[in-house]
Amino acid sequence: MQEGMKNGCAGAPAVLLERISTLLAEGTVARVLGWKAGDMAYNPEPAYFETQEALKDFVYDGFCGANLSKYMIEASKLEGKTLVCLKPCDTYSFNQLLKEHRVDREKAYIIGVGCGGKLDVEQIRRKGIKGIQSIDGAQLVWEESDPGTELKGIGDDVLTIRTIYGEKTLPYGEALLERCHVCKGKEHRVYDELIGQSRDTKDADRFAQVERIEAMSPEEKFAFFQQELSKCIRCNACRNVCPACSCRKCVFDSNKFDSSQKANADSFEEKMFHIIRAFHVAGRCTDCGECSRVCPQGIPLHLFNRKFIKDINELYGTYQAGENAEDKMPLTSFDFGDAEPGIVGERG
Amino acid sequence: MQRIGVFVCHCGSNIAATVDVKKVVEMAALEPGVVHAEDYQYMCSEAGQSLIAKAIQEKQLTGLVVCSCSPRMHETTFRKAAERAGLNPYMVEIANIREHCSWIHKDMEEATRKAVILARAAIAKVNLNTPLQPGESRVTKRALVIGGGIAGIQTALDIADAGYEVDIVEKTPSIGGRMSQLDKTFPTLDCSACILTPKMVEAAAHERIRIYTYSEVEKVSGFVGDFTVDIRKKARSVDMDKCTGCGVCQEKCPSKKTPSEFNRGLNNRSAIYTPFAQAIPNVPVIDREHCIKFQTGKCGVCAKVCQAGAIDYEQKDEIVTEKYGAIVVATGFDTIKLDQYDEYAYSQSKDVITSLELERIMNAAGPTKGHLERLSDGKPPKEMVFIQCVGSRCADERGKSYCSKICCMYTAKHAMLIRDKYPDVNVTVFYIDVRTPGKNFDEFYRRAVEQYGVNYIKGQVGKVIPQPDGKLLVQGVDLLDNRRIMKEADMVVLATAIEPNPDVRKIATMLTASIDTNNFLTEAHAKLRPVESPTAGIFLSGVCQGPKDIPETVAQAGAAAVKAIGLLAKEKLTTNPCTAKSDELLCNGCSVCANVCPYGAITYEERQVNDHGIREVRRLAVVNSALCQGCGACTVACPSGAMDLQGFSNRQIIAEVDAICR
Repeated sequence: MQEGMKNGCAGAPAVLLERISTLLAEGTVARVLGWKAGDMAYNPEPAYFETQEALKDFVYDGFCGANLSKYMIEASKLEGKTLVCLKPCDTYSFNQLLKEHRVDREKAYIIGVGCGGKLDVEQIRRKGIKGIQSIDGAQLVWEESDPGTELKGIGDDVLTIRTIYGEKTLPYGEALLERCHVCKGKEHRVYDELIGQSRDTKDADRFAQVERIEAMSPEEKFAFFQQELSKCIRCNACRNVCPACSCRKCVFDSNKFDSSQKANADSFEEKMFHIIRAFHVAGRCTDCGECSRVCPQGIPLHLFNRKFIKDINELYGTYQAGENAEDKMPLTSFDFGDAEPGIVGERG
Repeated sequence: MQRIGVFVCHCGSNIAATVDVKKVVEMAALEPGVVHAEDYQYMCSEAGQSLIAKAIQEKQLTGLVVCSCSPRMHETTFRKAAERAGLNPYMVEIANIREHCSWIHKDMEEATRKAVILARAAIAKVNLNTPLQPGESRVTKRALVIGGGIAGIQTALDIADAGYEVDIVEKTPSIGGRMSQLDKTFPTLDCSACILTPKMVEAAAHERIRIYTYSEVEKVSGFVGDFTVDIRKKARSVDMDKCTGCGVCQEKCPSKKTPSEFNRGLNNRSAIYTPFAQAIPNVPVIDREHCIKFQTGKCGVCAKVCQAGAIDYEQKDEIVTEKYGAIVVATGFDTIKLDQYDEYAYSQSKDVITSLELERIMNAAGPTKGHLERLSDGKPPKEMVFIQCVGSRCADERGKSYCSKICCMYTAKHAMLIRDKYPDVNVTVFYIDVRTPGKNFDEFYRRAVEQYGVNYIKGQVGKVIPQPDGKLLVQGVDLLDNRRIMKEADMVVLATAIEPNPDVRKIATMLTASIDTNNFLTEAHAKLRPVESPTAGIFLSGVCQGPKDIPETVAQAGAAAVKAIGLLAKEKLTTNPCTAKSDELLCNGCSVCANVCPYGAITYEERQVNDHGIREVRRLAVVNSALCQGCGACTVACPSGAMDLQGFSNRQIIAEVDAICR
């Protein structure tokens, strides 16, 4: 096992750790919201750090894919500023939450961390690599100078994976999360300072899969979604991780509505749950992909949201939720150029 | 648990002929909460209402379901009946088994099944109804009339004569509208200006009428009885108080190349202009787009010649905010664009004109001083062809499906006037049908044919071809003789379809008044409430509601005025208690509801809440129930379900859906 690794997890880039440590020591921030090692090499988990000593457990590597924006809702209620590390795509969610008055910009100190694409252990497993013990190559190597400059290509980096069946290798680019292949770009939309280099990992069409489904017959579509959604175990992970699903009390948990009971009474309750959820986040979803990342059943939940995004783009003009905190949202604003409801209806 | 009474109406045979009302009674009686069910021939009659009152008292009913016609028809009737019998009126629900059921179905079994389902849904809702108390709101004793044509002027005069203040907002520099462009009016052939200008003067001089010309409605907020309206007074560049209307500026203005809107572009006007000699107010405006001073900075002739010193190049648009109790829309019409009708050669020949252009040509103050002449060479025509229904009654999407209603009569008028003044001119009219219902209308048309020898041909024109010698070759058919017609004409006049003023869409959106697919404003009831918009406090006057001639427009303008007066005469209005309410424990404070609220009824405040022991200050939505109109937009936009509409709560609606899907 490499030195400085915790549970097989690579540590954090020195420039980042030093800066965080200074900000905490100066008292600029009261706490740090980052990651600590999980029980395996590939599952670091979000964590708060309140002292410099605690930062010895701070981790930031290729597996730190979690979008920490949603944590800032609760962090906004705490005394003092919370330092949060946000990747470029996470900042869209933060902006959207700002727009909805759910987070307090004054309570956040945002370090825009460089991102060269985040790793997905499921992708590694899909390549037939099982019994993983440790992974080398997920650590981030940042130059001290020039944050925001381009990292070299993904193809050059190789993950070395030690498994109970021996050592395997895999190019970094082949182990990326789905969302990284449709990356929104290297630019952080909101931050206090930037640390680390990024690279654009986009190599696929964001709507290609949606288009494939659109081309299906209604029966095929129904069969596709029934097949996918029947895997749902209603663990609520997608809802709990989703930055747009930030209601104080979810309609599915409230006795004020009949929706929870209704969902349970239906033999195909998951359909109801996921469709209602997709409607509730329509126009607000930034397409951060967390729902699909956390789904233990591997359901491509982001497809629902992406269908809404594609429709919104086509009907009301291209719109990216969270691009800034000021724009009017297309579904909750009106202008004379808006599509007539009849047109929306005709599209089915 | 509610004690619900269900009352099924036969509506004579309207319902009972298609729906087995006994079966509906029988099935409704089995529903939870129902303790009484009966049917009657006419539930809305005195006797029917007594049945309801008797049942309320005898069975101690707490809720009612009336299975009858549309709630728009008799909901108020039954609510009042319930109230007289001591029940809260909002405990009454209507199951519409007439419009939604018996009228649209033929099969009795099917219709009965549906009627039972509709009754079941209403019963499910009443089970969750709670008594609601209406509030009161005040009435601002002033009306706004949008549009200063004959409709707007007449409405304003009638309201003002009844003792209420009225403002007219007119987009163009003068009031008068389309009627001021007309030469003579049917069926009496009196001069349009002679009957219109006195009304314009009367409106301008009326102590209770204020006229905002060259102004547009910019923003409307509020609700019936209490609208707040922003009016943009566009910069006239002329001081209204100083100008004496001498007209020297217009004479001396060196920029004289702008097509005159008033003369439909048939001649030009100066950059500083009044649209026509009798304009009210008689104060010119500077058309900044065509003014040399505004475009190049050099000129200023008008300021030099103005003795009164009224020219003000620095003038800016001004926003006036006023409060109104009632708003009357009188935005009128325009003729459709003829881009899609190349077959009539309108864009190719100056001698193919619209009927409205002919009005200007026939008018003594028009571009030809009233002489009938070809616009291409100024020669008097010998052969004139009129083509009816250009863009009206049109089967394809190039034109309008409706009949423009006025064309048959004005074409007969034109034909008659031409034959009278120029007996040597032959006049031919191509028509689909001649439609002349109206007092003295058919007699008028017959005079054109019998007395003036106008040649009417039933058939359409396929093509008008400009010839090298300047003549127009008209290809048509005569359907009665079943033959093709090739006819040379000197002038062709197109009875162009009329359409609502394009600005009406914007105005309707601001007023939340509904419009139909042709952009005509929709009336609250096609037969029984023809001058009211479904939006309370908004009234309709003139062609904005549908094609009309002048007598009809004036009649409707008066009717709209009466409705507005009826509203303004009230001291207080009862407000609808079905307003939105936010559950503070569920509210996220996300502002989505405020973004979608068309009435500006939702604001936010920071307030401490006690959420099951957690005390914290939260940003919460607050509904101003006086402003809320109960549209429900917020309840569907709210992601957390915190917003709910009283009387139409999410639970009630889901209960209805469940009852239907059961």
